[in-house]
Amino acid sequence: MLRLALAFILCITPVMAEEVVLGLSQDEVAITATFDGDDILIFGAVKREKPIPEGDPLEVIVAVAGPSEPLTVRRKDKRLGIWVNVDAVVIDEAPSFYAVASTGPLEQVLSNTEDLRHKISINRAIRFVGAPQGITDSGKFTEALIRIRKEAELYQTLENQIDLVQQTLFRTQINMPANLVEGGYKTRIFLTRAGEVIDTYERVIDVRKVGLERWLYNMAHERPLLYGLMSLAIAIAAGWGASAAFRMIKG
Amino acid sequence: MQIYLPIAEVSVNAFLLLGLGGIVGILSGMFGVGGGFLMTPLLFFIGIPPAVAVATEANQIVASSFSGVLAHLRRRTVDLKMGTVLLIGGLIGAALGVVIFNYLKALGQVDLLVKLCYVVFLGVVGSLMFVESLNAIRRSKRPGAAPKRKKHNWIHALPFKMKFRVSGLYISVIPPVIVGITVGILAAIMGVGGGFIMVPAMIYLLGMPTKVVVGTSLFQIIFVTAFTTLLHATTNFTVDVMLAVLLLLGGVIGAQIGTQIGVKMKAEQLRILLAIMVLAVCGKLAFDLLVMPSELYSIGFEGH
Repeated sequence: MLRLALAFILCITPVMAEEVVLGLSQDEVAITATFDGDDILIFGAVKREKPIPEGDPLEVIVAVAGPSEPLTVRRKDKRLGIWVNVDAVVIDEAPSFYAVASTGPLEQVLSNTEDLRHKISINRAIRFVGAPQGITDSGKFTEALIRIRKEAELYQTLENQIDLVQQTLFRTQINMPANLVEGGYKTRIFLTRAGEVIDTYERVIDVRKVGLERWLYNMAHERPLLYGLMSLAIAIAAGWGASAAFRMIKG
Repeated sequence: MQIYLPIAEVSVNAFLLLGLGGIVGILSGMFGVGGGFLMTPLLFFIGIPPAVAVATEANQIVASSFSGVLAHLRRRTVDLKMGTVLLIGGLIGAALGVVIFNYLKALGQVDLLVKLCYVVFLGVVGSLMFVESLNAIRRSKRPGAAPKRKKHNWIHALPFKMKFRVSGLYISVIPPVIVGITVGILAAIMGVGGGFIMVPAMIYLLGMPTKVVVGTSLFQIIFVTAFTTLLHATTNFTVDVMLAVLLLLGGVIGAQIGTQIGVKMKAEQLRILLAIMVLAVCGKLAFDLLVMPSELYSIGFEGH
């Protein structure tokens, strides 16, 4: 009985043949007043006790996801001669930022089943329950969301952008645009062979406003009346200052 | 130089904002309009979220109007009495406007209604002003033509008459209050100060002299937009003070330059220029509604 249980446990928990050891150039992104984007270097090594297995080569996928939020995607149509929003589809959750880098084309290094399980490709990272009645082409709405965000560099598919040396050392660089939302950016690393995920690793990159940005943001939300009055005081002072300055110049 | 805006959560070029503020400030000083009807669409265009653009623009208008009104006060071209009467109407109107705005929001399609409001009002006001000032210029060119006498119409038959010495008027307070309310409602719905509607209303409906109209309009706009700023700051948290500072630095300087230009120009020329500008913005907005957009889809941030 004991022997049987032991054999069973060994069966379902295979010995980790290959494991990720990860390094990040930084695990914090500070949004300062002059913030205009940041590059994050993600590098690591594959630890293994045995020699490199024969057969399919090792592949690496890196996915960085910003905080998710619900969205509404609207589509315009012509009504009475003018273009107006007609159809709307609610996307239950879409990451504010999503970059997926891989050693090769994603459909080659990752099987569909594994993608579905781990939600790695951009399409899978967007959670979408169902379209309202009357909209049959809801796929076009998610396509549009991805297209618009890709243009803004908020969604990035970086195929063949990971350098993998000797199936052991890997490195890639993720360019984060300036228009970042605050929060924890989940960074996941996947090792795959023949499309199957053999190890995963997860870290969080913290994106935070600091200094003046932090102070203003907190004040606007915690003391809104004071913040509003301060904004008005600045406006009045600037208006008076300019008027006085011009009078001095003139006379 | 890129600047990250803490509330808008976007990064924009600081010099671009200073320049935009400056140009709109010049127009504000010249014509007595807050410039919101130009600036708000421009801010959308450079990628500021609409809610932040509308709220912050109100704050910026306070600065440029204050700067402009000081210059007018020194030249005694502000009718404080008339301004106060208009302001009373304006605050009532702004409060009503917020209620109407929220009602339209509940119905959906608020964006479209705001845009249609812009097209209709800018179109009507712009064309009326354009035709009127063209006629005025033609009249002034013909030598010997008698200046038009002030008409006595139904406005003079209304009760509660008041003397507005600076404007040289003795009229009932009812028309200015109604003008104030109407402008207040439209201002709250369209997210602007409302100068482009009030200036023509003061000239054509109330019969005020053009030189006094500009300063008085600015005086009223300061209070209405200050009220709107506080409303946005406390309910939606969408006033971005960093964005406002950059816009108003350019804006207050521009307003001073604009006031100087305005003094040197004839009233008819000033009006025809304002009319052309109003019509240009109207045309652009109408064009966007009529021509198929290159991207049919848009992303909204509210979940449901």
